Amino acid sequence: MSEMFYWQALNRAMDAEMAADETVLTLGEDVGLYGGTYRVTEGLMAKYGEWRVRDTPISENSFTGLGVGAAMLGLRPVVEIMTINFALFAMDAIVNMAAKIPFMSGGQFPMPLTIRMPGGVAKQLGAQHSQRLEHMLMNVPGLRMVVPATPQDAYWQLRQAIRSDDPVIVLEHELLYFSKGRVDEMVPAPPIHQAVVRRRGRDITCVAYSRMLPLALQAAETLAAEGIELTVIDLRSLSPIDWNTCIAAVEQTHRCLIVEEDCRFAGAGAEFAATLQEHCFYLLDAPIRRLAGMDIPTPFNGTLEAASIPRADDIVQAARQMMARKEAAR
Amino acid sequence: MRFCRKKAMDKTQMAAMLRDMLRARAFEEAAAQAYAQGHIAGFLHLYPGEEAVAVGVLHAAEPGDYVVSTYREHVHALVRGIPARQIMAELHGKKTGISGGMGGSMHLFDKDRRFLGGYAIVGETFPIALGAGYAVAYRKLPEAVLCFFGDGAVNQGTFHESLNMAALWKLPIFFICENNHYQIGTEIHRHSAITEVYKRACAYGIPAEKADGMNVIAVHEAAERALERIRAGEGPQFLELETYRYRGHSMADSGSYRPNAELNAYQANDPIAAAVHEAEYPYPGIEAVAAASANSVTRFADHCCQEGHLDDATVERMRREVQEEVADAVTFAEQSAAPDMEDAWKAFHRNRRFETLMEVAR
Ligand SMILES: Cc1ncc(C[n+]2csc(CCOP(=O)(O)OP(=O)(O)O)c2C)c(N)n1
Ligand SMILES: [Mg+2]
Repeated sequence: MSEMFYWQALNRAMDAEMAADETVLTLGEDVGLYGGTYRVTEGLMAKYGEWRVRDTPISENSFTGLGVGAAMLGLRPVVEIMTINFALFAMDAIVNMAAKIPFMSGGQFPMPLTIRMPGGVAKQLGAQHSQRLEHMLMNVPGLRMVVPATPQDAYWQLRQAIRSDDPVIVLEHELLYFSKGRVDEMVPAPPIHQAVVRRRGRDITCVAYSRMLPLALQAAETLAAEGIELTVIDLRSLSPIDWNTCIAAVEQTHRCLIVEEDCRFAGAGAEFAATLQEHCFYLLDAPIRRLAGMDIPTPFNGTLEAASIPRADDIVQAARQMMARKEAAR
Repeated sequence: MRFCRKKAMDKTQMAAMLRDMLRARAFEEAAAQAYAQGHIAGFLHLYPGEEAVAVGVLHAAEPGDYVVSTYREHVHALVRGIPARQIMAELHGKKTGISGGMGGSMHLFDKDRRFLGGYAIVGETFPIALGAGYAVAYRKLPEAVLCFFGDGAVNQGTFHESLNMAALWKLPIFFICENNHYQIGTEIHRHSAITEVYKRACAYGIPAEKADGMNVIAVHEAAERALERIRAGEGPQFLELETYRYRGHSMADSGSYRPNAELNAYQANDPIAAAVHEAEYPYPGIEAVAAASANSVTRFADHCCQEGHLDDATVERMRREVQEEVADAVTFAEQSAAPDMEDAWKAFHRNRRFETLMEVAR
């Protein structure tokens, strides 16, 4: 058990899987000599050589497709796409190939492919470099997608992804790479798709993932001081979603607040809200509420950028409003 | 001494190019400083070392031509005539910026000056230029579209797809490869099977040339030739310019993966020092003559005969003036107001004619 950065946890996971299984390889822009844009592949080229740690040209569509083809022959490629914004060039490989081949072949070809990439709003990277596209990939049957929020999950979910025979998107977050946390490399992790309750409280179930999780926990602290108790669920996986954990929590609190960095319109949270209300409608004391990114390309200006996605304070406000309505209804 | 040209260049044009190179260097160094002071955030990709490319090419272009560039585009914008104030303000995310503070360093746009944008996704400049070229050809206009891109970008599928279509339909596109030998940390021999980029154009039957991207006059001449052919209706042209960036890929990158010897060699070949030298140095000094081979002496002698020259004082004055211009741009940027959310929504709705739909709470 040791304290480490999120990027280090990913690096350790890569190393562990590469050491354990020689069919595991990684490729992407600057993953080798440079050691990875966010240092995730640091040291791996020296240890495993260039056939297992391959620096690629800027050819996202084809090197992601390479991952698909190699997986069909039984390798376990871990494709790093520098950021999710560039994955738009690789959508054909991801959506038409990786997600479809196992099914179209009647199950003959498993797809032990992992695609790692960070998404999210970072610090003034502009509209083309600040996207949250998880909703697009959630809508593609055949893909799995995990969204680790802590170094511990980054470590274990990446290892599980590499071992999975399904194509798995590991959606990292640019602002989480330098967050720190304890990683236990011995204790086996919960199943790859399982949601985890990070905090229990009686009033509102707050559903969050990725970088919104630390914000939700921070807001929960503030709210606890004023007597509003949040249950905070870390989804950990966006495809599939562990509905049981969510439903059980909402059944206890009768209120649900969804927090996502994704844009609101047809975003990931729309799916959470729709499915949860189908299951929990009669137990809800209030409409499910969504806090999400504004439906606007991310402005470059720093203040506007910050205002375009939920902040801890927005979560606090929303929770207060939900509870005020409860008081008023009495 | 490094410059040898068939055609004499106009003295004022030479002075104008030198001034733009000095402006470019001063602008980028001021941006780096503002970044270090925390006034500029995000990615900041700077151009020092590559000035001869943008300056040589853009001085050969006409105001009616279109320019498409990448995220390393401040200098293209500056040389194209966008005021330093508006570029600097955009880098600062201010309302007075050329994109209203919505785009930032990587997304400068100026419709009036036909600057079709800086693009942050590598490989996007090709299809944008393709579409612009199509529109120009569609209207049978004499304009050209200048498409800038790096050596790393030619491995994107859009490069090949766009070159093919440009050649197929004879579109008036000038493809300009700024070959600085690096795709962030990956040196060209490790990212490209063919490292002489211009050779790739022959796969599509596009006439291609390679020129010394550290030599503004060589760049300018090659660009003029290409643009002439485009205007003569000969279809797309390709120019590879070998150059070097002195800084890291962006301010977030130290560039430490590059051998010192390599950096030093290119710094010795500084396009600005060379241009200053070219512009102000009428006769070779004794050491220069002694150090040069017979061939370069003749070349330089030829050159000296053909050209007029500037003097030290003029260059010094230029340096002072560009420093003042850039300092003024920085002050302007710092003192400008930031946009508010209302401005962002206005930018978003501007072309939707401000239709109003049901407001949904966040
Ligand atoms: C599609 C895409 N992939 C990756 C990146 C990340 N990236 C930004 S610049 C760059 C290198 C580009 O090199 P080059 O084309 O030579 O231009 P230079 O920066 O050297 O001017 C990379 C990989 C990106 N912006 N877009
Ligand atoms: Mg380059």
